[in-house]
Amino acid sequence: MPFASIAWRLSQHRLGANPIATALNQIGLLSLIFLCASLSCTPLKIAFNWNWPLRVRRSLGLCAFFSVLLHFLVYLALDQSLAIGAVAADVLKRPFIALGFAALVCLVPLALTSTKRSVARLGFRRWQLLHRLAYLIGILAVLHFYLRVKANHTQPIVYGLILALGFALRGAAKFQKSRAARARESTRDAHPGAA
Amino acid sequence: MRSPPRPPSSSEITAPELYARRREFIKSGALFVGTSAALGAGLTSLSSMGSADPPATPPPLPKAPPGAVPWRIDKRGRFGTSETPTSYRDITTYNNYYELGFSKSEPAEAAFRLKSQPWTLRVTGEVEQERTLDVDTLIRWLGLEERVYRMRCVEAWSMVIPWLGVPLADLVKRLAPTSRAKYVRFTTLLDPEQLPNQESRVLSWPYVEGLRIDEATNPLAFLALGLYGAPLPGQNGAPLRLVVPWKYGFKGGKSLVEIRFQEREPETTWSRAAPSEYGFYANVNPDVDHPRWSQASERRIGELSRRKTLPFNGYADQVADLYRGMDLVRYF
Repeated sequence: MPFASIAWRLSQHRLGANPIATALNQIGLLSLIFLCASLSCTPLKIAFNWNWPLRVRRSLGLCAFFSVLLHFLVYLALDQSLAIGAVAADVLKRPFIALGFAALVCLVPLALTSTKRSVARLGFRRWQLLHRLAYLIGILAVLHFYLRVKANHTQPIVYGLILALGFALRGAAKFQKSRAARARESTRDAHPGAA
Repeated sequence: MRSPPRPPSSSEITAPELYARRREFIKSGALFVGTSAALGAGLTSLSSMGSADPPATPPPLPKAPPGAVPWRIDKRGRFGTSETPTSYRDITTYNNYYELGFSKSEPAEAAFRLKSQPWTLRVTGEVEQERTLDVDTLIRWLGLEERVYRMRCVEAWSMVIPWLGVPLADLVKRLAPTSRAKYVRFTTLLDPEQLPNQESRVLSWPYVEGLRIDEATNPLAFLALGLYGAPLPGQNGAPLRLVVPWKYGFKGGKSLVEIRFQEREPETTWSRAAPSEYGFYANVNPDVDHPRWSQASERRIGELSRRKTLPFNGYADQVADLYRGMDLVRYF
């Protein structure tokens, strides 16, 4: 729906005087929203013990990937008119573009291994380790946005805070789990005969 | 004679287990449509935040206030370009005027807050006589001139704008600065009632820009009072603004209330906010990149492909001499 809205307004000359820049920015923001949403599933589960976020997590992640890919293609094809040299120079020389490109590169293996078969093939442990890349991608995306903005940093800070809150909740849950495990171990040690 | 209605064939009969779940179907169907519509609408509005669509119809040309002297254009065509001017709609709906809105389209919507009549411009500092001027006085003194200038924004887009105004050099001569006047400082109105974003601390207010005195007296430097033959709309810096076509657009301070002649280089707003990104000179230079993006090319508003950016925005013949011997990478 948001993509359709952008495409419709683009075709109707309703994206303002600089439609390519507007489309690029809106798709970029949409990508960040999808990334933050997919990274908020686990924290929502932790905070409210809801199960539905985990069921939509993969779809959200894939939405993020396709949105980021489209964002890059708009930049490459419409903004830079496929001037590969200029794009390569941008990626190498401009920190904010390098960060965004790194996020796209990291998203590729995650999208490729998003099926249940891949989990089985890689083994859950290795698959999970690989998909921890999502944390890095989230951070890269927020930095990419922050460095792009000229003066009003409210929006990138809001998205950064959403991610940070999620990381804090994960950290807290992990800490609690390991403490609970230690507590179980110590009770077992105290009553060796109980098992 | 009518035959009794035929019983429905077995293929038309809803399976009992589905029939039993009919309410669930309707409910989950409605839920699905509802949530996806709500999510889609939410995502659309979130991702277009701060970039509202411009109005479908172009904003009206502002009218001169009743009782004002009707505008007569005395001179046309100096330093003109044969390039097609950007449409009035684009010039007046794609603006960087942070005090009125951080996005490009917001300033046009908030411009009604800015009251550009009556207006006074203070002339202060190293001049023979400090004084207060109004727009009519400027026109009476110097006459109105049309200048079609290219405008290159530091964000790598550009326009062609038919300005109406007075040459800054003529005004400076008339104001008779003293020999100590090495720089000119231009200050924008400070009034959060009229310029609401001055409540935020995104930049330091009021907006201040500056020129070296020899830049200010270059024949290209211009004080614009109007565009497309009519008074400036608020979003373009009503009632008067600076136009320095060989420099990036942010040098053109809007809605000016003070012109101050001084000995020291003025501290300007953007170079204060990010000294490594915006210099005092800010001459258009395709060879000196902004640290975050290239300045080698630009998109002319209304065109799809990019074009090469020219040194001094194509005005090198008129202004390159001002910077002879200067390291333009250091003084960017």
